[in-house]
Amino acid sequence: MATTARHGPGDGVRTTGTAVTLRSRVADIVAYRELLVNLIRKELKVRYKNSALGFVWSLVNPAVTIAVFYMIFSVILPNSIPDFVLFLMSGVLIFNMFQNGTAAAVGSVVGNAPLIKKVWFPREVLPLASIGSCFVDFLLQSSVLVVAFTVARWRVGWIYLPLIPLAIVVALLFTTAFGVWLAAVNVKFRDMQHFLGIALMVWFWGTPIIYGYEQVAHRLSRFHLTWLPLINPYAIVSLSFQRALYNRRRVRTGTDAAHHPIYTTLLPDHGYLWYLGVLAVVGAVSFLLLVGAMRTFRRLEGDFAEEL
Amino acid sequence: MAAAVEIEGVSKRFRLYHEKFTSLKERILHGGRIPYEDFWALQDVNLRIEAGESIGLLGHNGSGKSTLLKCIAGILRPTSGEIRTQGRLAALLELGAGFQPDLSGRENVFLNGSILGMKRAAIAKRFDDIVHFAGDEVERMIDNQVKFYSSGMYVRLGFAIAINVDPDILLVDEVLAVGDEAFQRKCLDKVAAFQAEGRTIIVVTHAADLVRQVCTRAAALDHGRLVAMGEPNDVIRTFRDTLMTGDDGAGVDDPDASPFWHRVRITAVEVVYPDPAQAILLPGQPLELRIGFDTCDNRVDDIVAGIAIHGTLGQLAYGTNSHLSGQELGTLQGTGVVCFRVADLPLLDGTYRVTVSLHTRGGLRYDHWEQHVPVEIKAPGRDVGVVRLATKIQVEPGATLGGRGALFRKDAG
Repeated sequence: MATTARHGPGDGVRTTGTAVTLRSRVADIVAYRELLVNLIRKELKVRYKNSALGFVWSLVNPAVTIAVFYMIFSVILPNSIPDFVLFLMSGVLIFNMFQNGTAAAVGSVVGNAPLIKKVWFPREVLPLASIGSCFVDFLLQSSVLVVAFTVARWRVGWIYLPLIPLAIVVALLFTTAFGVWLAAVNVKFRDMQHFLGIALMVWFWGTPIIYGYEQVAHRLSRFHLTWLPLINPYAIVSLSFQRALYNRRRVRTGTDAAHHPIYTTLLPDHGYLWYLGVLAVVGAVSFLLLVGAMRTFRRLEGDFAEEL
Repeated sequence: MAAAVEIEGVSKRFRLYHEKFTSLKERILHGGRIPYEDFWALQDVNLRIEAGESIGLLGHNGSGKSTLLKCIAGILRPTSGEIRTQGRLAALLELGAGFQPDLSGRENVFLNGSILGMKRAAIAKRFDDIVHFAGDEVERMIDNQVKFYSSGMYVRLGFAIAINVDPDILLVDEVLAVGDEAFQRKCLDKVAAFQAEGRTIIVVTHAADLVRQVCTRAAALDHGRLVAMGEPNDVIRTFRDTLMTGDDGAGVDDPDASPFWHRVRITAVEVVYPDPAQAILLPGQPLELRIGFDTCDNRVDDIVAGIAIHGTLGQLAYGTNSHLSGQELGTLQGTGVVCFRVADLPLLDGTYRVTVSLHTRGGLRYDHWEQHVPVEIKAPGRDVGVVRLATKIQVEPGATLGGRGALFRKDAG
């Protein structure tokens, strides 16, 4: 049975069985947490090194995205969701983290080939650092979100706010699972990085961010497929964000000929517990996916130094 | 004594694909089967390295020595077999791997240190040592971006970090051959200090001298197999022999080179050792080389016989011929023997190769055997180089320099 010697920092003794267990691997990663922090720091530093605006650039990108979508969906092709910018912001930033995090993670092992061929460290740290740096960006961008909602004097759903940290954890778990898996598979099949670009685009439009979940669900109800959008973990995440921040389940989208108001339902008609429940389920599934991704990573990792 | 590294039945197979098929499309097109050849870089290697030992892994290019080191380091996974290591391990495989050109030297020390598994606090504590070890030049530029460093500074900083990781087991791959002489000496001093502290050192190299100098034990690899293990001098001899059999060392027969080619032939060469039972030459013993010739019925008066003794790496240790030494052969006809007697061969341990040649005074060859005849020399001691010189070393307390010879100084800094 194939075996590799492994060593963690600080510890004096290392015993290896016939294979590296998940537990010992997690212990390795924990032992190398300072490397993770340093790599995240490096990634952020290097990204904005020699640029005049520095980290402001991490705010420019989502700002422009929001401006463009606002122009298209509120001015050119009005979709009639009131305060569309706030609705959009609620869901798009966390999805951005997913998009940028996985895009950075997919090439993280391939891009660090010289390191992989020369030094041993738990390689999982590489995709983790890519995602970590995008998470830091997300936190920075969230400040814009806070400012926007404060300036608009928006009534957020206070009691739903605890959903947000929970949704962030779920989002991180899922992004990590996907990113770790992609990083490993991309070493053998470089198609992954090309495939990912397309997949992320489809994923974005398939997630209720630009439109409300119910706007799609009621069309699917005829086919008894209202659950379909919900198998997308990120739909649950963005729904939770929208529920807590945008906080309007039904909105008035206009008036009919008799001047009666027309209402459109955006978010599912469920209470706090439903959100907690679906988040918990998605969180559990993401956790299992992460375990699976780590397993795949561990299996493929032995060949990294040769394949690169 | 506890084993620091235990290698049990380790084999490593590399798949050499005929083309690089890394995309999904190509895999599908080939039905998942991609033409490849198996190459066994390591075959059933067993080695136990005790804690506190300094072991040298010798082998020529492609012998698998670096593969073995990478397996020990955990960078490559053996195809079969097990490697157990005990204690913290640091590998000096490539210095400065993972340096970020855009970050400053200081930032890179912390980043690289953490890649090697050091805690931030530990790096901070050793930071001054690291920078000092890397030298003044690096010290001055520690807050500059690494991309402005010279390649020498790059390597020095890399080594300084790696050596300060505080490992129990240090893996070294050729890197001691970097930097200028002063820095090399500093590195060797550091390695010696490690040895004194009872740490385990594994050096991979094809420089036999380094092994003789540094190691307490050696192992030689050839074509992925462990062919020798034990006392450095013995292993080095085996290593040199396997290297020899690698290229068969047959003479360069170049009939076109000379119009006189094979007018006189070398029929055979006899190496006469003082003790025929033991085909080795000890210090102080004479060497007799007998070169058989056949003039093929020609009468030859313009003929010179020459020998050249080559070291392992082909470097010339000594050469002479009958013309240069003023011992003309006269006129030769028929068959006979030209005998070279060397009174004493002050050469170091190893298998030397002797070139024998018959040519005209103008250098046109009759016959020539390039580095074909082996001469085995056994010299005790751990001196390095090619020749063995009697050297006495003593201290003269309070003595001063000057007055007895040419005086050399080196400017400070």
